[in-house]
Amino acid sequence: MKITGAQALIKSLEMENVEVIFGLPGGCILPAYDPLLDSTIRHILVRHEQGAGHMAEGYAHVTGRPGVAMVTSGPAATNMVTPLCDAYLDSIPMVVITGQVATFAIGTDAFQECDTLGITRSVTKHNELIMTADDVPMAVRQAFHIATTGRPGPVLLDVPKDVLTNSMEWYWPTDQEVRDSLPGYRPNVKGHPRMIREAAKLIMTSERPVLYVGGGILKARAAAALKELAELTDIHVVTTLMARGAFPDSHPLCLGMPGMHGNATATTALQRSDLLITLGARFDDRITGKVSTFAPEAKVIHVDIDPAEQGKVRKPDIPIVGDCKQVIEEITKEIRALMAAGELQADISAWKSRISGWREQFPYTYEPSLPGDALKPQFCLEMLRDNAPEDTILVSGVGQHQMWSSQYWRFDKPYTWVNSGGLGTMGFSVPAAIGAKVGRPEATVWAIDGDGCFQMTAQELVTAALERIPVKIAILNNSYLGMVRQWQEMFYEERYSEVYLSPEVPDFVKWAEAMGCIGIRVDSPEEVLPAIEKANSIDDRPVIIDFRVDAREKVFPMVPAGAANDDLLLPESQMANKRFLQ
Amino acid sequence: MSTDRSHHHILSVLVQNRAGVLARVATLFARRAYNIFSLAVAPTEDENFSRITIVVDIEMTSLEQITKQLFKLIDVIKITELDPLTSVERELLLATVRAEPDQRRQVVELTQIFEGKILAVGNNALTVSLEGNPNKLDDFEDLIRAHGIVELQRTGRVALPKLEREGGRAVRPLRGKVS
Repeated sequence: MKITGAQALIKSLEMENVEVIFGLPGGCILPAYDPLLDSTIRHILVRHEQGAGHMAEGYAHVTGRPGVAMVTSGPAATNMVTPLCDAYLDSIPMVVITGQVATFAIGTDAFQECDTLGITRSVTKHNELIMTADDVPMAVRQAFHIATTGRPGPVLLDVPKDVLTNSMEWYWPTDQEVRDSLPGYRPNVKGHPRMIREAAKLIMTSERPVLYVGGGILKARAAAALKELAELTDIHVVTTLMARGAFPDSHPLCLGMPGMHGNATATTALQRSDLLITLGARFDDRITGKVSTFAPEAKVIHVDIDPAEQGKVRKPDIPIVGDCKQVIEEITKEIRALMAAGELQADISAWKSRISGWREQFPYTYEPSLPGDALKPQFCLEMLRDNAPEDTILVSGVGQHQMWSSQYWRFDKPYTWVNSGGLGTMGFSVPAAIGAKVGRPEATVWAIDGDGCFQMTAQELVTAALERIPVKIAILNNSYLGMVRQWQEMFYEERYSEVYLSPEVPDFVKWAEAMGCIGIRVDSPEEVLPAIEKANSIDDRPVIIDFRVDAREKVFPMVPAGAANDDLLLPESQMANKRFLQ
Repeated sequence: MSTDRSHHHILSVLVQNRAGVLARVATLFARRAYNIFSLAVAPTEDENFSRITIVVDIEMTSLEQITKQLFKLIDVIKITELDPLTSVERELLLATVRAEPDQRRQVVELTQIFEGKILAVGNNALTVSLEGNPNKLDDFEDLIRAHGIVELQRTGRVALPKLEREGGRAVRPLRGKVS
């Protein structure tokens, strides 16, 4: 059967079970948009290509399936660089298709030509320029295979216009053919049995163990396996920013987020531990603080599917390269066998009571606002949390509101938290929330945003309104670039440089209405609940609540950049007790 | 970049012979701030594959990171670290050396001692070539410097493991993805 490269492209995406493409057409990708009219695939027309990329990420976050974005060449491709880099750093499976000028025009500085491959090389797991229509099906299959296996990540396919218009004989490569075409790609999923045995023994003999889990747990769909291991061994779990929801916050063993803005207990538990059972985490600088002072007495078991993570920051005592789910299950099996053989786990009760002591003394805390004073952002979050329908998915931008979201929300299920962890992309939340809602239409999707972030990508709410994607956005509006303000207050002697936005402009309610959304402004504590209830009751269009919050509020605890985790700054009310964090 | 060879490691990287592979490798080195001392690339006996011989200038710990990061490139099939003691290395040097008529004799003699060749003779300069072990090329370069080097170009090293002999281990394969 002879078809065009464009038809082959859309057909290949259908064969990969793609249900939705986020995109925006233009010159070079035009031929691919024609067969799309006859396809079962839903296309969501964005207002800016960056939005398409973050939507694909949000979709992938909540479904575990690769998000797909399709845009044209040149400026569209460069607009895609931020989402690609974001997905690369957070290991999000994504396939991006970009148009390219015709093969004979490549290198001539043709209209809307850019070196997409060169530009995106270091922000993709892999990228490929398709040179003939015949190669389209294989390239698409390879892209999905690479994006979704091993350590997931974004893959970009650059498709010249003549490749789309030329004809080809349709075929669909077999799994074996795909494998054979990638002789250099063999992700290792099965952990080394000897290392797994050693890990089990070390877990059994450690007196201050902590399960340090990262986003890899979610990528490997290993939440259930983790719970089994934690309960079997009675070991506490810290969940990094990328792993929130991987272990239920309501579980007695859950310590929540460690690190720069993590809670004092989780951070200190890592610091004082004698064994970090590191699962799908990568010793990010936001977790470790000053690396040379991080968890000085701890041995390290490091389970990661990416061999390059082993020893990149911290040298592991037991490196295990493999799929987190498989390896955790194997370790659990090994521990069960040791227990069945009569081996006793070391006594960890003293350690556990130390942890309980910290938890009691150092919860997240803030000073409630006095009557007539400005709203506290943490209060807004607590109210949103307590009134959120079951299974609400929370999405956030980047900054103070992101940290408060992670601190104050209660994540009890995996895949209910979407944020930009590695790259820290301001403007992530609006489009990512839209993508999440498309992936999980039955779930309520709340995005927590800052007024700075919101203004970077708000135009996608037009997309959401027109496509009937009823996301809910809570702007914690302090008229500042809040996190930068916090640093200037604390480390630059309150010399505020270029962080003040405006309390007047834009008018977020009018802006919401102009975009076909409902806008609600909230100034005082008693308006909070009615606004949230109203927002939760609306299901036919996006809602935006503009919470006017106290700009003086800072995120605590905090480990200053480059400082040791031992030198964390606590909220004022707890600072006097810091000596108990031993 | 240092010419101190103590931090030099030779990586023989087998890659798919496809457009852009060299750029991927180069981008990775630049992105992760690794130093390439020299680099040589050409197709192998099987035209589907190329071999890139990279001399990296690095401490041992980072070498492990480099090879692991290189393995993540989809087009990289196999990486072998070649130990200078157990591999054969060769490099080619071309140099145009100042040689006034009264000096010419000495430059020719030097070239002959090193078993090099005279490629071209000008009024007051000679172009010579020399092939061999990189250390030998270093020595030659030092000696002709006194005469005045007009231009000099070296190819960078290529290397293969020494053939295995009884009791000796020639190569240290880091981890091949295919055998």
